[in-house]
Amino acid sequence: MAEDIDRSGTPLVEMRDISIAFGGVQAVDRVSIDVFPGEVVGLLGHNGAGKSTLIKILAGAYKADSGEILINGQKVDIRSPADARTHHIETIYQTLALADNLDASANLFLGREIVGAFGLVDDSAMEAETRKIMARLNPNFRKFSVPVSALSGGQRQSVAIARAVYFNAKIVIMDEPTAALGVHETEMVADLIKELKSQGLGIFLISHDTREMMDLCDRVSVMKNGALVGTERVEDVTEDDILSMIILGKNPKREAA
Amino acid sequence: MTDTTGPHPGRSRSLFAQLELDLRLLGMIGAFAVICVLFNILTGGNFLTPRNLFNLTIQTVSVAIMATGMVFVIVTRHIDLAVGSLLATCSAVMAMTQTAWAVDLLGLPLGSPALAWIAILAGLLTGAVIGGFQGWLVGYLSIPAFIVTLGGLLVWRNVAWYLTNGQTIGPLNETFQLFGGINGTLGATWSWIFGILASVAAVLALFASRRAKLRHDFPVKPMWAEGAVAAIFVIAIMGFIAILNAYTIPARVLARQFEARGLAVPEGFTASYGLPISVLLLIAVAVVMTVIARKTRFGRYVFATGGNPDAAELSGINTRLLTVKVFALMGVLVGIAGLVASSRLTFHSNDIGTLDELRVIAAAVIGGTALAGGIGTIYGAILGALIMQSLQSGMAMVGVDAPLQNIVVGSVLVAAVLIDIIYRRRVGG
Ligand SMILES: Nc1ncnc2c1ncn2[C@@H]1O[C@H](COP(=O)(O)OP(=O)(O)O)[C@@H](O)[C@H]1O
Ligand SMILES: [Mg+2]
Repeated sequence: MAEDIDRSGTPLVEMRDISIAFGGVQAVDRVSIDVFPGEVVGLLGHNGAGKSTLIKILAGAYKADSGEILINGQKVDIRSPADARTHHIETIYQTLALADNLDASANLFLGREIVGAFGLVDDSAMEAETRKIMARLNPNFRKFSVPVSALSGGQRQSVAIARAVYFNAKIVIMDEPTAALGVHETEMVADLIKELKSQGLGIFLISHDTREMMDLCDRVSVMKNGALVGTERVEDVTEDDILSMIILGKNPKREAA
Repeated sequence: MTDTTGPHPGRSRSLFAQLELDLRLLGMIGAFAVICVLFNILTGGNFLTPRNLFNLTIQTVSVAIMATGMVFVIVTRHIDLAVGSLLATCSAVMAMTQTAWAVDLLGLPLGSPALAWIAILAGLLTGAVIGGFQGWLVGYLSIPAFIVTLGGLLVWRNVAWYLTNGQTIGPLNETFQLFGGINGTLGATWSWIFGILASVAAVLALFASRRAKLRHDFPVKPMWAEGAVAAIFVIAIMGFIAILNAYTIPARVLARQFEARGLAVPEGFTASYGLPISVLLLIAVAVVMTVIARKTRFGRYVFATGGNPDAAELSGINTRLLTVKVFALMGVLVGIAGLVASSRLTFHSNDIGTLDELRVIAAAVIGGTALAGGIGTIYGAILGALIMQSLQSGMAMVGVDAPLQNIVVGSVLVAAVLIDIIYRRRVGG
């Protein structure tokens, strides 16, 4: 997977020295990660390592206590999910952040509805756009006029991904996008990730499946207890190396060197 | 990934499916019809008379108006127990404004139509501000709506008491009284004209939505089905107008009206009340609230927040501000309901709106609003209010005593929710 990512220029996103605490818990402790265009960077670590919290800071859901975020080398201030969206950051959450009672197109356009005359939402136009993008991403998708609660996990995830693609995301954050999916659907999401990557997007991917991560990612960053253990290019490490980084909090190869 | 349960356009669909009628709506209309027929038999044909149906509609208006707002409140997973008390405060403000405050302040003569409008404005503003304040306590200070509005239930009832010093205020301004029901009606001709305009609007709306679907090549109903639905709408609207117009003004009332102008009633002269202005108000509220629910961003966010508050927030929706807006809107509707309720009585009294919170919540819930949030319709809530009122009126007519009436209404509420739960489980929605 890790072909020729050009990492000589400025990264698409750089999170520097990010820290955040909840009460007494230091959820993220001076962590720095970055991603280049067309690159998939994996975040690995045990439950509670701080992965979700770290990317939620980039997504605008939390505000870091300290540290800075740079996009294309420019320092940015992300205070809300809406701010993140204006920087073309789209997030696909572990918990499938869709409103179950609304249909696919209402979810796809949630917060960014197409409005027509008198500022009224134009459902037909939104459904037409949804049909177009789903025809590209998931041609078998038919359930346009039912609440998404009637959809399978994979279908729901394809709606979430369609949202990122439709709004021209430059940076996509995926927090365990396949955790709730079956084998077949996981493959579909993996294909979508490759598709986004080939279009030059930068992707942060969180998953517990180390094998899947070795396959999809260009680099992996491992976290433990809120701190960054290290970031490695996947061609430089084995699955075992990564596992020991996750479990022991250190890379045996680097220790040996 | 394949879909096995998607719609299959090629296959023949049932008659119902082709008409795309809403089963829940049919169920409620069915329940209403059963109640009507039952009471008509029990009262020996007195229930389904133009006079009783006229009274039933004007008795339903106030609760129905509030129920449309309660839909939004419950859809966003909140509750408003203060509506009955807030109605009293709004009514007190309107009564005091038109009989004292605005009279003293602006020097307007008592009975001037301007007083009515100033009073109405003051009442709606009061509702909006108090509603918004309660919404702020819920949204920004994170106090559960149940507690905020339980407090409000006590507070606003007694604020109303202080505003009027516990006195009954009346008679209210004549212009103001036009919104109460029988004191303000359109008469036969204008009622027919309204019916025709409403029918045209309904048919145009149906076909506009069909055109929008065709423009994007979406599947549409066959033309005959579209025509059938349009026909049902027109028949329902014109039938409703015909019933209201069939209720003629009693001879003695006519005699009094002519006498007031120094005239005698001509031989064989009759006149109809026609559509009450209060019902017109309810129809306007229903249309506006339906448009808000289905066609505005605000409405979309109300439902999204009810379905998944986290998803709504992550989509950039300010759910706190949304809560303030929902409660403020509820407050405005309470103000309108206060206008209708007090002008129907022709005076403001301390106990106005007592127990309305329960009627309003029951109407919304019987109308299919899910307390878990995310689901509810405006027409459902209005039908719910109508069903509740027809039960209550019917029992009163049959001579069921008040305690038993309340027992029945309470049981019906619980049974309605049970049926709704079973129905949702069946259709999986
Ligand atoms: N909103 C919150 N309030 C309090 N503690 C939190 C919150 N979010 C996360 N945490 C804590 O921060 C730590 C990191 O959690 P998280 O980022 O979800 O880990 P991961 O995604 O790696 O499993 C955990 O100890 C968790 O309990
Ligand atoms: Mg997590």
